[in-house]
Amino acid sequence: MTERKIRVLVAKPGLDGHDRGAKVVARALRDAGMEVIYTGLRQTPEMIAEAALQEDVDAVGLSILSGAHMALVPRVVELLKTNGQQDVKVFVGGIIPDEDVPRLKEMGVMEVYGPGASTEKVISDIRSAIPTAG
Amino acid sequence: MNLAQSVLNGDRLALARLLSRVENTTPEGLAALDALFPHTGKAHLLGVTGAPGTGKSSLVNQLALHYRKQEKKVAIVAVDPSSPFTGGAVLGDRVRMRDLSGDTGVFIRSMASRGSLGGLAQATAGVVQVFDAAGFDVIIIETVGAGQSEVDIARLAHTTLVVEAPGLGDDIQAIKAGILEIADILVINKADHSGVDATERALKTMLELAHPVRRVFQHHGQAFEVPAHHTIEDNGRLLWIPLIRRTVATEAKGLPELLEAIDLHTAYLRESGDWARREEARLEVEFDLLLREKLVEHFRQQVPDEVVSSLFAETLARRLAPREAIGQLLQRMKS
Ligand code: B12
Ligand SMILES: Nc1nc2c(ncn2[C@@H]2O[C@H](COP(=O)(O)OP(=O)(O)O)[C@@H](O)[C@H]2O)c(=O)[nH]1
Ligand SMILES: [Mg+2]
Repeated sequence: MTERKIRVLVAKPGLDGHDRGAKVVARALRDAGMEVIYTGLRQTPEMIAEAALQEDVDAVGLSILSGAHMALVPRVVELLKTNGQQDVKVFVGGIIPDEDVPRLKEMGVMEVYGPGASTEKVISDIRSAIPTAG
Repeated sequence: MNLAQSVLNGDRLALARLLSRVENTTPEGLAALDALFPHTGKAHLLGVTGAPGTGKSSLVNQLALHYRKQEKKVAIVAVDPSSPFTGGAVLGDRVRMRDLSGDTGVFIRSMASRGSLGGLAQATAGVVQVFDAAGFDVIIIETVGAGQSEVDIARLAHTTLVVEAPGLGDDIQAIKAGILEIADILVINKADHSGVDATERALKTMLELAHPVRRVFQHHGQAFEVPAHHTIEDNGRLLWIPLIRRTVATEAKGLPELLEAIDLHTAYLRESGDWARREEARLEVEFDLLLREKLVEHFRQQVPDEVVSSLFAETLARRLAPREAIGQLLQRMKS
C-alpha cells in the first residue's frame, strides 16, 4: 500500500485576476508534501465542484479578492453537498471583511485567511482537519 | 453496493474514489481492479508525451473536444512530477482544459508521479483500467517525457504522440534518444512559432536514420520521388513509420490532420495485428511481474527472516555459494 497523500484543490472563483495568493498557497502546500490541483482563474462554482469530484480531493481552497465571496462560497459548499462530497473541507482566503467571517463559518467553511496570513498556519489547519497522514 | 459495481453503473463519485484507492494500491482498490478486469480491453489508449511547456495539455484539450464531437466518452489522466524533496506536487494541467468543464462525457484526473520507479507505470495502468471498465471510449494519458517510467507509460498506450515545439528541441541532440522508439506520431506544436521548418527537418532526418526508406530512385537519368507512405513491408510484416504533424493547439489548427493521423495509426494497428500483439505483450509483463511479486511474498511468509539472514551470513563467510544458499532456502519452503 502506498502512502496516502492529502489532495487539495486550489481554485479562484469569480472574475478577478488576483492569483498571487492562490499560487503562494499552492506552492506552500506542495512544499508541505501535499498534492495540489490548481485550476487557474475564472472558475465558476460548478467548475470547481466538478473538479473536486473528479480529483477526489480532501479539501477545497478558494481564493477570492473580488468581494464576491458571499455569493460564491455558499454555492460551492452547496454543490459539494449535492455531489455527495459533504466531507470535503473548505478553506477561504483573500480579501474577506471581518464581519463576513462568522457567516462563512456557519456555512461550513473551516477557516478564513486574509492578507499576510501565515502559510504555516494554513498547512497545520489543513492537516488537522483531515484525518490521515500526508 | 461495492465500488466496482457502482463504477459499472456510471456513478462518478464512486469512480473518483476508486481511482484514489487504485492509485494508493489499497486492498479495496486492488480487489475492485480484479472485479473490473473482465470489463476492460475496449478503450483506445492515447499517450501524449513530450517536454514541459511544449503544449501537451493544450493539445489534449483539443483532442478531447474533437472526440466529444464524435460523441465518444473521454477520460484524461494527466501526470505531473512530484517534488523529489517534499513528495508534494502542483498539478496544473487542468488550467489548459477549461473548455472540457461542464461536460459529463469527460473525466479528468490529475496524478502526481510520486517519484516511484515502476510504481507510477503500475498505478497509471490501474487507473486506465478503471476508466476502461467504466466505459470511456478514449483514454488520453499525458505525461512529462523523461525517464524510464515515461517510456513504460507510453508502452501502455495503443497510440503514442510525442510533442515537440520549435526552439525547444530543434537540434537533434536535444531530441531525446528514446523518443523514436515510442513515437507513433510526432507532433510539432506551436507551429505558429518561428523555427518550425528546422524542427521538422531535424525530426525527418532522425526518422530516416531510424527507418531507411528509399524515397528517390533514378529513371532514365531523372530522379523520381516516391511519395512517403506511412507503412512499409518488412519480411511480410507491416511496419509503421511515424507520421509528423504540425499543430497550433491554442488555435485548434492542424487538428483534423492530427486526428486523421491517429485514425491511420488505429487502422494500421488493426490491420497488422499490432493491436493484439501490444495487448498480449502488456498482459504478459503484468502477469510476470505479479507472479514474481507473489512468489516472493509467499516465500517470505513461509521462511522466517532469521533463516534467510543466517544463510546469507554463511554466504558472506564464503562457506556457501549464493546458489547453494538459495537452494537450501527453497528446501525450507517445501517442507
Ligand atoms: C497585487 C494586487 C493587484 C495586482 C494583481 C496581480 C496578480 N496577478 O495577482 C493587479 C495590479 C493586477 C491588481 C489589479 C486590480 N486590483 Co488589486 N490588489 C493587489 C494588492 C495590492 C495585493 C494582492 C496580492 O497579490 N497580495 C499578495 C498575496 C500573497 O496575498 P493574498 O492574495 O492576500 O493571499 C494571502 C491570504 O489572503 C491568503 N490566501 C489567499 N488566497 C488563499 C487561498 C487559500 C486556499 C488559502 C488557504 C489562503 C489564501 O493567504 C495568502 C498568503 O498570506 C491588493 C491589496 C492587498 N493589500 O491585498 C489589491 C486589491 C486586492 N485589488 C483591488 C482592486 C479593486 C483591483 C482592481 C479592480 C483595481 C482597478 N480598479 O483596476 C484590479 C482588478 C484586476 C483584475 N483583473 O481582477 C482591491 C480589491 C477590493 C475588494 N475586494 O473589495 C484590493 C484589496 C486593493 C484595495 N484595497 O482596494 N491588483
Ligand atoms: N503560441 C502557442 N502557444 C501554445 C501552443 N500550445 C500551447 N501553448 C502555450 O504554451 C504554454 C504551455 O502549454 P501546456 O499545454 O501547459 O504545455 P505542457 O506543459 O506540455 O502541458 C501555455 O502557455 C499554452 O498556452 C501553440 O500551439 N502555440
Ligand atoms: Mg501539461
